[in-house]
Amino acid sequence: MSKKILVMGRVISPIVTFGLVLSIWYFISYVVMNANRRSVALPAPHDVLRQGFFTWAHNRGIQPILRAMLVTGRVAIVGLLIATILGLLIAIVMNFAKPLEWSLYPYAVIVQTLPILALVPIIKIWFGANLTSRTVACVLVAIFPIITNALFGLQSTDRSLHELFSLHKASKFTRLRKLEFPSALPAIFIGLRIAAGGSVIGAIVGDFFFRQGAIGIGRLIDNYQKEGRTTELFAAAIVSSLFGVAIFIGFGFLSKVAIKHWHDSATQVP
Amino acid sequence: MTNNPTNVLSLEHISKTFADGAAVINDLSLTVKRGEIVSIVGPSGCGKSTLLRIAAHLEPPTTGTCTVDAQGIGYVFQDPTLLPWRSVRANVALLAELQQLDSTMMQTRVDEAIALVGLQDHQDKYPRQLSGGMRMRVSLARSLVLRPHLFLLDEPFSALDEINRQRLNDELLNLFEQQQFGVLFVTHSVTEAVYLSSKIHVMSARPGVISRTIEIPFGYPREADLRFDPSFGQHALEVSHALRETES
Repeated sequence: MSKKILVMGRVISPIVTFGLVLSIWYFISYVVMNANRRSVALPAPHDVLRQGFFTWAHNRGIQPILRAMLVTGRVAIVGLLIATILGLLIAIVMNFAKPLEWSLYPYAVIVQTLPILALVPIIKIWFGANLTSRTVACVLVAIFPIITNALFGLQSTDRSLHELFSLHKASKFTRLRKLEFPSALPAIFIGLRIAAGGSVIGAIVGDFFFRQGAIGIGRLIDNYQKEGRTTELFAAAIVSSLFGVAIFIGFGFLSKVAIKHWHDSATQVP
Repeated sequence: MTNNPTNVLSLEHISKTFADGAAVINDLSLTVKRGEIVSIVGPSGCGKSTLLRIAAHLEPPTTGTCTVDAQGIGYVFQDPTLLPWRSVRANVALLAELQQLDSTMMQTRVDEAIALVGLQDHQDKYPRQLSGGMRMRVSLARSLVLRPHLFLLDEPFSALDEINRQRLNDELLNLFEQQQFGVLFVTHSVTEAVYLSSKIHVMSARPGVISRTIEIPFGYPREADLRFDPSFGQHALEVSHALRETES
């Protein structure tokens, strides 16, 4: 009974929040603003739906938004993939020997603290203003959380398990494959989830600045703002955030599948 | 009960001093034969776990020699140290994989070891679905797969409740009677030591030396009711006294 109430609460509460936000939105659109201001600054939700989502034409409504999202999404996913592979390799190398960690870690931190905007001109010089550059921007944003989380996971492997492997003279590679990597998986998935969010942001920022080639969602949003197409601007923003949510949920699901048998093994006592 | 004369483990004049200069073990010698359970009882911090780690070659002694003459060592830690992402069966197979046993032989031995600890019906479960006692059985089975001649046990049952502890003591004795390995058993439970051992070394702390050795004359197999035998009480008392002397 109480569980049912809890479940209902989990479902109903966010719906209530949603309704509240919608009401405030309507209130500001219709009570605070006049018609002119409304169409430029905050079009009503149903106008965003009608013009942004339920208009089907090559250059208006949802079609160009989805096309742009596809471009950006592809960049984000390719960038994330590269960042994952590179990041895991770097973490494994760092974990392999302390001196390697000491020599690489500070630079990984520097990569993280460099604002992506400061790097954009350099990336542009090196790779041009094309899809490659957008992907590079993604990788730079996404790689750090993967390195740090994977390294943390690899290094927090249980000490007595290490001793068990030492006792049976396991090689470094066996140790990595059968002990450290699986035990780092939960941490790696946390890193992946953070990186996925970063990768989407990196791709959108990339769109924004590398204005060549296929139009991504970042550039589309910028165009709509300049052209005063506010309803579609809102729709584009909503679609890009939905994409981020989908990636987040996707990785959450993946992580659950991968470590479902022992996910809470550290905290749950049977 | 045959007495195999060869020592599976001989520690000779072992001393261990840690890097900070603390002397943990001082000139300690002992042997373990096959078909013999030797226990080390002592106050915490007396270096008994360190001694076990030296025997397992997990740590080198500062001076002295440690000779192991066994085809395999089964080391059982205080915690079951299972891999949480592996099923019971896969956990039992772990050491065989590390030792690169032939895969058909491995499967037979894994079956056999699981049967020995009575976990046939739990093979596909994961460690977190098991009770503490069952996890310890998995840990034992994992070593049994290697058919070791020497078992090093580091307070393996200390986290269990009394009922489970006694049950696992009996199971260990059963395994021991079937397989005739040698055991070096570290514990801080006097009754456990008396119930299992053929010989008990009482260790004192700082520096760790054997202050007294007590032979337990009961033969194997042992009955669970032995715990309530008056002569059992006598030996427990003797060990207790020896322990108390180490603290004064």
